[in-house]
Amino acid sequence: MKPFDYVRPATVTEAVAAAAQPGAVYLAAGTNLLDLMKGNISRPDRLVDVTHLDGLDAIETLADGSLRIGALVSNADLAHDPAFATTYPAVAEALLSGASAQLRNAATVGGNLLQRTRCAYFYDTASRCNKREAGSGCDARDGENRGHAVLGWSESCIATNPSDFCVPLVALDAVVEIEGKGGRREIALDALHRLPGNTPERESVLEPGDLIVAVRLPPTARGFAAHARYLKVRERTSYAFAVVSAAAALRIENGKIAEARLALGGVAAKPWRARAAEDVLTGVAPTTDAFQEAAWRALADAKPSGDNAFKIELARRIVVRALRLAAAGTPARLPALPASPLASTSGAFHA
Amino acid sequence: MNHSISLTVNGARRDFVLDDPRVTLLDLLRERLHLTGTKKGCDRGQCGACTILVDGKRINSCLALAISHDGADILTIEGVARGDQLHPVQAAFIAHDGFQCGFCTPGQIMSAIGMMQEAQAGNDPERIRECMSGNLCRCGAYAGIVDAVLDAQGQMDETNQRRSA
Repeated sequence: MKPFDYVRPATVTEAVAAAAQPGAVYLAAGTNLLDLMKGNISRPDRLVDVTHLDGLDAIETLADGSLRIGALVSNADLAHDPAFATTYPAVAEALLSGASAQLRNAATVGGNLLQRTRCAYFYDTASRCNKREAGSGCDARDGENRGHAVLGWSESCIATNPSDFCVPLVALDAVVEIEGKGGRREIALDALHRLPGNTPERESVLEPGDLIVAVRLPPTARGFAAHARYLKVRERTSYAFAVVSAAAALRIENGKIAEARLALGGVAAKPWRARAAEDVLTGVAPTTDAFQEAAWRALADAKPSGDNAFKIELARRIVVRALRLAAAGTPARLPALPASPLASTSGAFHA
Repeated sequence: MNHSISLTVNGARRDFVLDDPRVTLLDLLRERLHLTGTKKGCDRGQCGACTILVDGKRINSCLALAISHDGADILTIEGVARGDQLHPVQAAFIAHDGFQCGFCTPGQIMSAIGMMQEAQAGNDPERIRECMSGNLCRCGAYAGIVDAVLDAQGQMDETNQRRSA
């Protein structure tokens, strides 16, 4: 690990000033950053430790019915908050399907949003990677790429975003609050991550010094509590990143879908909101035919980036199954294996 | 630049001067305090051998910078027994053959203690397996580990019932 300077600011304003310097990065739990630093994939000159800042670890309901989640709330504390899990069940299920209990205890909400890709060529410093070293090339393009992107990728980069948490969040129109050199601003989570294009080294729209201070779920997000699920296919039962995942949330009135939300994980460089699929579901009965039509729309633009055409068909099936699970209703208690298609209590039958 | 931090480790306050901020909690425990029960397996957050409790919660000590945990209360495998009296989870691991080579065992035990405090798994073997998935065992002693955790959980439930009775 390269040596670095360590600074522990006392206020958010001090943190932003300290992190705006070239070579500086924020340190929260460090569960992703330290791993990257040990492998020399990230080589920061300065760590700005935000873990001791006050006021960033609260979960609060605002007067308008929004929920504001401080950036330093741990993944475990959020998922296990009873009111949160009841109101936003797909988000809790996604959180509990990610990483291990130890990592969820440490990892923060803000850090989860900014975790880096798990592309093996990004991690291997002997390989060419445009994300790690701009302009060096992409060894994933002709390499072992069965896990790579099928949507939104470019010739420069076919890496995927590994976050589970972001998938239901983007479906529920989450907003990210950012403190930067110009003060406070907010953007839709859907606009936080960038698609690779010719500049895969720029993964988000954040500028130097920008600090995520909170994530907000709008009042409308509460309307899906009765019909919301996250479903995630992994290569082992637990403690693995998604091959493909989907968050499905429905608002059902008088036997018809009044409003649908759908997002995919593991398929692109960002959590993938499938608005065309949502549109086709609005106003119709929650039937398998409707869900299959939605799945086709969700993957209409997908194309393999290598040996991964199977992910397109897999994603369609996961979309149908996630929608059926959501239509069947949120379970009173999460299954023992959250988000798993193998869960004995998932209530699903094969799509 | 030197950084001073203080930690409570297994009930005792310990002060440190760090001449390098790169030191992890894992390396601090092993190299500075010679508490080598906490194991360095992968050193990358994948195996769970380095699991300790920090402020009552289980984490991977290999992915935690010591300097960032100034003031923390730390419990390691060396701190769970009371003198010669083993912690119920330790005793259950012996009773149920919850190990073979023993390398992952301190991490398994600390993880199990943390898990029982989280109270999410109860006595459901499927939930215990899921909640313990951050601890790998290359000998494959998983069946014994789940039996040990179930046994310890049952003992704890009984103790709690007696206390509340």
